[in-house]
This record gives sequence, structure tokens and C-alpha cells, in this order.
Amino acid sequence: MFRELYYTFVEFLRTFGALQLFFLRLLSHSPSIIVRRFRLVVYQVYNTGALSLVIIMVCGLFVGGVLGLQGYSNLSKFNAEDAVGAVAALGLLKELGPVITALLFSGRAGTALASEIGLMKATDQLSAMEMMAISPLRRVLVPRFLGGVIAMPLLAAIFTVVGLYGAHLVGVTLLGVDAGAFWSQMQDAVEPADIYEGIIKSTVFGVVASLLAVWEGYNAIPTAEGVGRATTRTVVITAIAILILDFIITAIAI
Amino acid sequence: MQQTRAVEFGTGLFVLLGLAALFFLTTQTTGNNTFSGSDTYEVQAYFENVGSLKNRAPVAMSGVTIGRVTAVEFDPVSLEARVTFVIDRKYDQIPDDTDAAILTSGLLGSQYIGLQAGGSETYLEDGSEIDLPFTQSAIVLENLISKYLFSAGGEDDDE
Repeated sequence: MFRELYYTFVEFLRTFGALQLFFLRLLSHSPSIIVRRFRLVVYQVYNTGALSLVIIMVCGLFVGGVLGLQGYSNLSKFNAEDAVGAVAALGLLKELGPVITALLFSGRAGTALASEIGLMKATDQLSAMEMMAISPLRRVLVPRFLGGVIAMPLLAAIFTVVGLYGAHLVGVTLLGVDAGAFWSQMQDAVEPADIYEGIIKSTVFGVVASLLAVWEGYNAIPTAEGVGRATTRTVVITAIAILILDFIITAIAI
Repeated sequence: MQQTRAVEFGTGLFVLLGLAALFFLTTQTTGNNTFSGSDTYEVQAYFENVGSLKNRAPVAMSGVTIGRVTAVEFDPVSLEARVTFVIDRKYDQIPDDTDAAILTSGLLGSQYIGLQAGGSETYLEDGSEIDLPFTQSAIVLENLISKYLFSAGGEDDDE
């Protein structure tokens, strides 16, 4: 039993190390892809970013709205419902914006990436590219990775702004908090460091979510079942990684 | 070709939207960006006790914010707290015998520096100092309570 545990541990370390090496390989090819084959990256920004807009904006609106509702109902116990803007803005900027966007991003775009790459592998498209002396890493993986890295911070920013308007809609328009107090309390409470924290988080999450999606797809077992499993693993592992990283980054920032 | 153009258009729109969102977040959700440019001058004030005064706390005159605290340090020479703050350049006619006090906004609010104008003919300028007779420390609740308790105890003794 200990031997099994030991082998599992060794296997985990091996996978983890291979992931780091894979990440470095992606990074080392990134500059030349950006310079020479930028069009591929643009197409992937469209695939992962622009096509995720609808889910991001709808979810952002409702997350912001629920913050407005919860903030109002709890703060009004202390006659402090004016602070609902500050509560919603801090919550969205620092935590909910980056984290929920990253989870949605992994569900919407990460799974698409993983299954697409996995299917390419299962139907021998990647091998065919290698036969033609085209590196699948450069032609397929790097543009998809970069597209996700570029799209994720922008999606998180859009999510946060839409969420603020959701909170405004519920707090000010529906529940009657004063609009001036809503914004001035927010501007008083939010500091530039809070915004940078959100941007750093969403960038890190973008790198992690894209990396894990591409990695899982590339290492999928080339069968129908294997591709399905890779897609599932993408969401599970990304969610765990993002929530752990969120804790670590918050601990550093505070 | 048509499809490529549509993709490029969609990507451009998305990136533009994202950058607009970032711009909105950095400019509209935070109001503390003022008083950090070059159109300010720096003043130092020495306090016996700064309480919980923090960096970036407002500096107010007659209740209007005219500047911001940039540093709160302990001065090992004078053994006092040295607070550095900047004041907007357009308020350049503040007498140099102005009083500085550390006040609290609201019952549980954060602390800020309140300036009370003096009557001098010369004005505060870059590098000016406000020294101890003209500064008033933060009110520390524990000190206040102990003062009250001891003075009350003293009255009892007298009776």
C-alpha cells in the first residue's frame, strides 16, 4: 500500500514537472508566433474570447445584481446601504471578477480547446502535421495558449464592469440607493492596488486555464473516451488550480 | 475571405470592449488618483502620536480635501512621528503657522489630517515643516478613558 502511494506521488511529481517543461516550451515559441503568425493568435482570441462574451456578460450582470441585493439587505441593518457600491466593487474587482470569469472561461473555452486538440490527436491530424514537418506545438498549441492568455484579462474586466452595472441596476434603480452615494462610496473605498490585484489575478488565471486546457488536450488518450476524459479533467483541474492560486495571490497581496 | 474579415472584426470589437472595460475600472471606480502628479508641494508635520493614521489618508482644510498623506514614519532624532503629505499646488496661500490635527471622520471612521489656518503673512511651501506646538495628536481612546477614570478617581478622593 505504501509502495502504491509512493508510486502515485512519484507519478504526480513527474506529471507536474512535465507540465512545467511544456509551459516553458510554449513560452519559448510564443514570441516568434506573435511576430510571424499573428493571424493564428487573432483567430484564437476570437474563439476563446469573443465567443465567450455572451456567457461572461450575462453571468456578470447577475453576479453583480446578487451582490447588490445581498449588500443592500445586510447593510441596511446598519443603515449603511449607501456602501453597497463599495461592497460590490471590492468584491467584484478583487475576487469574483477574476475567479468566476476564470471558472466560466475554463468551462466555455478551456473545454473547447481540450476537446479540439484531443480530437485532432485522435484523428491523427497532429501526426500528419509532423509528417509534413509542421510543428503541432507551434501551429496548434501556441496560438491557442496565447489566445486564451490575451482573452482572459479582458473577459475579467468586462465581467467586472458589467457586474458593477448589475449592482447599480439592483441597488440604485430597483432598491433606491442614491446614485451619487453609490459611486462616491465606491471611489472612496477602491484603491488602485485593488484594481492591480484583480488584473494580476486574471492574467495569472488566464495563463493557468489556457495552459491546462492545451496540456490536457495534447496529452489526451486518442480515443473517444480519452478525449471526453481530457475535457472533464480540464475543468476539474483548472477549478482546483485557480481556487488554490487565488488563495495564494490574495495572501501575498494582503 | 468574408469569414476571415468577420473573425477579425469580432476580435477587434472584443479587444476594444475589454480595453474600454479596463479603462473604466482604472478611472471610474477609484477616486484616489488625484494629488499624485507634479502639481503638488510636500509638507512635513511632527506629531506626538499619529494613532492609526495611514498612508493616502486625506488632508482636509475646512472639511475640503486638499491633499493626501504620502508617508508616516518615526523620526529617530526627535523621537516623534513624522507625517509627510502633499497639498495641491492651487492651494498655495496657506499660512505657515497653520495647525495640523489628526481627526477621525465619523465614530468609527478612518483618520485624516485637519488643517486650521493661522494668521501668518508667509505661506507653506515645498519642504515646510509643522512642528509640535502647532500639531495635535490623534485621540487614543484608551488614553481618553484612563484620563477620565483617573480624574474621576481624584474627585472621589477629594470628597
